[in-house]
Amino acid sequence: MTTNIATLETELTAAVETAADEAALEAVRVAALGKKGSVSELLKGLGGMSPEERQLAGPAINGLKVRLTDLIAARKAVLAEAALDARLMAERVDVTLPARPRLKGSVHPVMQVFEEVQAIFADMGFAVAEGPDIEDDFHNFTALNFPEKHPARDMHDTFFFNEKEDGSRMLLRTHTSPVQVRTMLSQKPPIRITAPGRTFRCDSDQTHTPMFHQIEGLVIEEGIHMGHLKGVLMEFMRAFFEVDDVEVRFRPHHFPFTEPSAEMDVRCDRSGGQIRIGTGSSWLEILGCGMVHPNVLRACGIDPDVHQGFAFGMGIDRLAMLKYGIPDLRDMFAADVRWIDHYGFTPTVQPNLATGLS
Amino acid sequence: MKFTLSWLKDHLDTGADLPAILDAMTMAGLEVEHVDNPAEKLAAFSVAKIVEAVQHPNADRLRVCQVDTRDGRKEIVCGAPNARPGLTTIYAPLGTFIPGSGITLEPRAVRGVVSNGMLCSAAELETADESDGILELDGALAVGTAAAEALGLADAVIDFEVTPNRPDWLGVDGIARELAAAGLGTVRTAPVTPVPGSFPCPVSVRIDSPQACPAFAGRLIRGVKNGPSPQWLQDRLRAIGLRPISALVDVTNLLSYDRARPLHVFDAGKLTGGLVIRMGRDGESLTALDGKTYALRPADCVIADDTGVVSISGIMGGEPTGCTDDTTDVFLESALWTPLNMFQTGRATGIVSDARYRFERGVDPGFMLPGLELATRLILDLCGGEASDVVMDGAVPAGRAPVVFDLAATWRLTGMDVPEAEQVRILTTLGFTPEALGEGRYRVAMPSWRRDVEGPADLVEDIARIAGFDHLPQTPLPQRAGRKLPTETPRQQRVRIARRTLAGLGWSEAVTWSFAQRAICELFGAPQGGGPLLLANPIASDLDCMRPSALIHLILASQRNADRGFGRLALFEAGPVYAGDAPGDQQTVLAAVTRGAERHWAGEAAPDVFSVKADLMGVLEALGAPVAGMQVVQGARSWWHPGRSGTVRMGPKTVIAEFGELHPRVLKAMGVDGPVLGFELFLEAIPPAKTKVGKAKPKLTLSPYQPLSRDFAFVVPQGTAAGDLTRAVANADKSLIAGVSVFDRYAGPGVPDGHVSLALEARIQPQAATLTDAEIEALGQKIVAAATKQGASLRG
Repeated sequence: MTTNIATLETELTAAVETAADEAALEAVRVAALGKKGSVSELLKGLGGMSPEERQLAGPAINGLKVRLTDLIAARKAVLAEAALDARLMAERVDVTLPARPRLKGSVHPVMQVFEEVQAIFADMGFAVAEGPDIEDDFHNFTALNFPEKHPARDMHDTFFFNEKEDGSRMLLRTHTSPVQVRTMLSQKPPIRITAPGRTFRCDSDQTHTPMFHQIEGLVIEEGIHMGHLKGVLMEFMRAFFEVDDVEVRFRPHHFPFTEPSAEMDVRCDRSGGQIRIGTGSSWLEILGCGMVHPNVLRACGIDPDVHQGFAFGMGIDRLAMLKYGIPDLRDMFAADVRWIDHYGFTPTVQPNLATGLS
Repeated sequence: MKFTLSWLKDHLDTGADLPAILDAMTMAGLEVEHVDNPAEKLAAFSVAKIVEAVQHPNADRLRVCQVDTRDGRKEIVCGAPNARPGLTTIYAPLGTFIPGSGITLEPRAVRGVVSNGMLCSAAELETADESDGILELDGALAVGTAAAEALGLADAVIDFEVTPNRPDWLGVDGIARELAAAGLGTVRTAPVTPVPGSFPCPVSVRIDSPQACPAFAGRLIRGVKNGPSPQWLQDRLRAIGLRPISALVDVTNLLSYDRARPLHVFDAGKLTGGLVIRMGRDGESLTALDGKTYALRPADCVIADDTGVVSISGIMGGEPTGCTDDTTDVFLESALWTPLNMFQTGRATGIVSDARYRFERGVDPGFMLPGLELATRLILDLCGGEASDVVMDGAVPAGRAPVVFDLAATWRLTGMDVPEAEQVRILTTLGFTPEALGEGRYRVAMPSWRRDVEGPADLVEDIARIAGFDHLPQTPLPQRAGRKLPTETPRQQRVRIARRTLAGLGWSEAVTWSFAQRAICELFGAPQGGGPLLLANPIASDLDCMRPSALIHLILASQRNADRGFGRLALFEAGPVYAGDAPGDQQTVLAAVTRGAERHWAGEAAPDVFSVKADLMGVLEALGAPVAGMQVVQGARSWWHPGRSGTVRMGPKTVIAEFGELHPRVLKAMGVDGPVLGFELFLEAIPPAKTKVGKAKPKLTLSPYQPLSRDFAFVVPQGTAAGDLTRAVANADKSLIAGVSVFDRYAGPGVPDGHVSLALEARIQPQAATLTDAEIEALGQKIVAAATKQGASLRG
């Protein structure tokens, strides 16, 4: 009997150890420990034994059962591990293959610069005002003190629409200044606004496009003089070009809607075919500005003897070109994906003074 | 406006050099645009004499010259046929840049002989267009004399921008006055002395149109001898780009630039009867001095004699009565013309003349008669003859009344502290007459040439610009009370969020023209013919109509990019579209266009209706739009593919967006290869977020009960909108159904013809308690009932 058990254990141990996979191992388990398994049969035989026989055979058979169960469990763990390894090896992919293509999105430099400029002026307390692109003569010219049928109007290269039955004709705004007029007609001082937007002139060459972008500034408050204008613009220039100091000069000029009027130049370096702001021996015209003309205030229902203030206007496209080294204005509006890819901004760069403008 | 340095010095006594003058001009508001300074350009060149010229040993056409130069005697190889001993010419040393040939001289051997410089022709100096051999100069010139001086080119020509408010800067005397005020010297313009007439003027003048001509003066000068004007006058005119014609005409041109006073000379022998200033008559025309014939209108002021029109007033005289070398009796005209008339007639005729340029900006009324006298003097000096009395009709209008000016206004407007004496000096030098009233107040009379000055602000400008904007203080803007508010408008905020979301989804932002080609605009909903959107004067024929859609240029650009080999792209633009010309007709859209496939080992990557829809919906979600309340309906307007487009709506009327594939016929008309997909989102159509008190978000309640899901397969007739079915299912029990998705769509064996099977998963979120089997069953029946109403049946 004892010999039989020992032989069976040798056989079963060999069968467990040679089981190639979990299925084979399960077959061994069923053959030994299943209802009709060899070990189970031995256990059943205990009942027919004499107490003496049982005393001897019982522990032997039960010991076999326990050892065999442990052995199978251990073998099963080994086989499972091996099976997982095999499956994972089979699941191997070539990770050097290219990923699914995804287009890289970007933000246009003109729109980026609009946001930069707005962030700077927001910090100085300027609200934003907007107006329509298609304007009438009153808002674009007359209220801005352009004399009727004067060469000053010709200088604007205005786009006109066809004449209406009443003889009037609409036009595309030649500057963002009509928004000044709309603001002053609808608000009482104090006024501190910028007006960004599209503007249009019938002109096209290397430095002019028939559509361009401007931002207008207007401050009508008590005691505001041209020194404040200079202060605001200096602060703007330093913030926008992200330099500690910018040398500027105010050069007298003429605009019908301001008096006195000036153009502001910044010191720049033109050597090497590129314009660099801040150093050098050249000047670059960057904006027009002045104290709002008394006639404009009057046209907007504001008493020039009580209120005064300043206005300025500058080209956003030009600012973008200068800051980001964009050589040709005309490329701005061509929607060439190579250009956009090169000069565009990642959409997560949202200009603000806390995280930086650019 | 062009003038020369020597011309300026006729009017300004100054020791300032050219750079100082240019700087002072610019800083006084006379913005210098260009300076042609031959002395600088030709600084390296100087007079030299050829001492000896012998045949080059190795070249027939070359000579080896010994030349006396300011650098000593030089051996120079020269190919000019006129290089001969004794010739005085121009020499350039090694290292000189030769403007005419664009080269810089380097030491090199010419056929074995080293040339130590160059002898120059006029063309090489760019003082003539072409030349035959090297320059031949007066032998009396000393070796080493600067070339510019030797060639009579020492004068710098200055071109500057005259702003339209300052027509007085169109005369050199006016420029001198500004520079004197700026401290560069003193004005020395010679006073005008009248020339007394020696006989009555036989030509009468009469003004019939005083609104166009307030005053007209003239006189006859008889017995003149016309012909070329003297060299100094010809040189002066040529230097500023004018062509000398004859002494009589050149005098008028001289005064146009010297004093901003246009004049006209008629050959009196060709006039019949007196002169009448009147408006034109329909059918009248005149052949003007430019040889072209102009039809005249009743809006145009003319000068007529008994035979008809002889001059287009203030713009150009007539050819038949013009002066020639045979003219012996000349009628000299000096008049005032109303700028508005000049502007209109100038526009209508298209004539660009120095006279029109000045009259339409406004000439100095006070100089009408002095100008006539000065011109008379010059004509008598240059052409001889005898002057009649002056005839005149009308009256020179009175100037603007003096204004009371408080000098404190200068500080108030500019923040600049200019001392009283300096303010008074500036005004006086500029021609104003300030009369002290005490306490810094002055009564200021305006000079007749300053018609632009209306009030104190204009006087402040003059004082400030002459005192120098360099003195402007730099004052920070006062902080406004209260907390800083965000400045972005709601519209701007939408635009920014929409743009940055879409860019984050892989789309590239473009900015394109607000105008497009009319024919294309019509395809996108513009009125036929463009209507109020059509530009009267477009910059180009393909940019003649305001765009009704921002898709147009993106689609066109997509093709340009594809033609260049960059066909897989996703472009967008946030910008305006125009439905009409009223302020409310403009709205802001987010337009997006994509096309092109990219082959990939795991399957081709290409946009389709649903990828575009996904990104559109992503943008709407990012905008916080009430997406749950929006419906997607099949189809969009005519420029979209009728079967592959959709409209996102809120309620029956509000269109939020259109998306899908563009119509192939529209693409074809635009010369674009399809397919092209995209969307247009009408940002302003999204209803504003409900305003609520405070920023706190509503309380979050999380159900503790396990969610479950149930699948349903419905058979629906082909053409049933899946969106309608899912919405019906979701609405079957809004409190329990958290979401519905479509996980399969099948047509084929097992599904009746003309039908499709849609498999829906409903996600159920119990709220109050775990659902019993009976409750789940009841919910299932509700869902099936709701679907049945949409024409669906449960798939067997």
